[in-house]
Amino acid sequence: MTALASNRGAGVTPRRRGAPSPRRAATGWIGLIPFSVYALLFLGIPAVLAIASGFFTSGGAFTISNFSAFGDPVILKDLVGSLGLSAASAILGAVIGALVCYAMLGMNPEGWLRTIVDSAASVLAQFGGVMLAFAFIATVGNQGLIILILKQVFGENAVSSPIYTVPGLTLVYLYFEIPLMVLTFMPALEALKPAWGEAVATLGGSRWTYWREVGFPILAPAFFGCMILLFANAFSSFATAAALISQGGIWPLDIQRALTSETVVGHENEAGVIALGMIVVMVVLMSAYGVLQRRAARWER
Amino acid sequence: MTATAVNAPDESMTPVQAGPASEPFIAARAGRSPRYGAKPAQPTSLIILIIAGVLFLLPIAAMVIFSFRSNQGGYTVGHYLDVFNPALEYTYDGLFVGIQNSLGLCVITVAIILVLLLPVMILTELRYPRLRRVLEFVCLLPITIPTVVLVVGFIPVYSVLSQLLGSDAWTLGFAIGVIALPYAYRPIAVNLAGVDVVTLTEAARSLGAGWLPVLWRVVIPNLRRGILAACFITIAVVLGEYTIASFLSRTTFQTALVLIQHSDPYVAVIFSLIALLLAFVLLLAIGRLGAIRPRSKD
Repeated sequence: MTALASNRGAGVTPRRRGAPSPRRAATGWIGLIPFSVYALLFLGIPAVLAIASGFFTSGGAFTISNFSAFGDPVILKDLVGSLGLSAASAILGAVIGALVCYAMLGMNPEGWLRTIVDSAASVLAQFGGVMLAFAFIATVGNQGLIILILKQVFGENAVSSPIYTVPGLTLVYLYFEIPLMVLTFMPALEALKPAWGEAVATLGGSRWTYWREVGFPILAPAFFGCMILLFANAFSSFATAAALISQGGIWPLDIQRALTSETVVGHENEAGVIALGMIVVMVVLMSAYGVLQRRAARWER
Repeated sequence: MTATAVNAPDESMTPVQAGPASEPFIAARAGRSPRYGAKPAQPTSLIILIIAGVLFLLPIAAMVIFSFRSNQGGYTVGHYLDVFNPALEYTYDGLFVGIQNSLGLCVITVAIILVLLLPVMILTELRYPRLRRVLEFVCLLPITIPTVVLVVGFIPVYSVLSQLLGSDAWTLGFAIGVIALPYAYRPIAVNLAGVDVVTLTEAARSLGAGWLPVLWRVVIPNLRRGILAACFITIAVVLGEYTIASFLSRTTFQTALVLIQHSDPYVAVIFSLIALLLAFVLLLAIGRLGAIRPRSKD
């Protein structure tokens, strides 16, 4: 009887229900084509070209001589500048951002303050760019609010604006690094279970014991993961620096100089070499971030 | 285990010891607030947030003050009026062209997200779940490749593209769409993960709905929150984008801002304030979209 039923089933219903499925399977993949073509044309090809251009002369012949750029003292100095700026803004941003996250933990997660802080952090972390540079020109630029006040107090020549140098950029970068830390670290902090705190308390531990034995060890992977993300973010950002600094000093500005320079001909391929260098650094950073993030995710359920 | 506890009462955590030890603990705690775990005290929390808030509002406040500062010293609303002054139209011409171009780019980029990204995400979820990881990798790739690096590759691509489509500003939409991918992907992916689209689709299909009605009346309405968030965040990306437009020498809002900053920094600051405010409102709207979710489900 079951055989009969399944026979009838196979004869009637599945054919009707299943009839479209071969056609669906055949036509479904067509839906994937437009996006694939788009991603290939505007993500795949540019990425490959960016890396490959370092391997060719401006005439189009294959060469590895462009890589001598990495021996150029200016390029090396600017790499150190880039790494230093990224490290300083990542460490300071991570510590201050974590402190802000800690403070936010005391606030109602559904409340209006959280929504406002999240939105503001998102604007500053992702879309500030040039406008952030203007904000700092208005604040601590040569004619900025704070610089003018300091000049009145200490005299016209005693104060000069710090933001037009690479180390001074750290201050400006903090304004998108701290918000990025708040956005990325907050979920980890919120995943700390109240039960762990209760457990420490019932065993007679102080709040310091809680942080030392439970809080810090559990948050460590997430914290350092976020710090790496901040490093990568500072390392790859261009707009803010370009709006403030005109004479180079970090790698993104070197790419700009190599691509737009009209005085030095034949440096277009140097941009490709620096681009490759940047990708190598970014891949290392993002792999480390991925590893730490997976470790952190163990506790975030 | 109980045997060891009885035999060796000196070892720290025996049940006998735990009793009396916890009593002074409770007594000591009773005087103060009985806090434990990660949550900070309300005053600590407020102090940190107020300091951070003041430090972060300071540059914004400085921008507002700067926009009212007069060239001759003192304060004026003149810079705001200048924007509408027909005599100065020529000065601000570039800026208005840039704004116009950027608004056009918003439309194109949002269209790319809706027409190219969204269908492929739904299709992957329904039919090719194995491709989900691939799609995620592709969409998040622009985070790993810095924009300034991608631009090195965009230049040759656009030198070909401009022969086909011309070198108008709107063509930048393709490149900016790539930059917007990670931001647009996430809200839609989160929404997809929260809705069982497969079951919903099967239910609709078994009730006799065709594929288009299923998409239009079942899948899309369930994803509208994620789609809306993706659109808003894409607009914010387009309005804030500088790197690509600058390298490809197109006039957009941001490149025009940088240009006008040299001749009229006040107007540059005024428009920056407006743009930051607009981006903030857009993201606030996304935040509210998210906040409504738990309530409407109950």
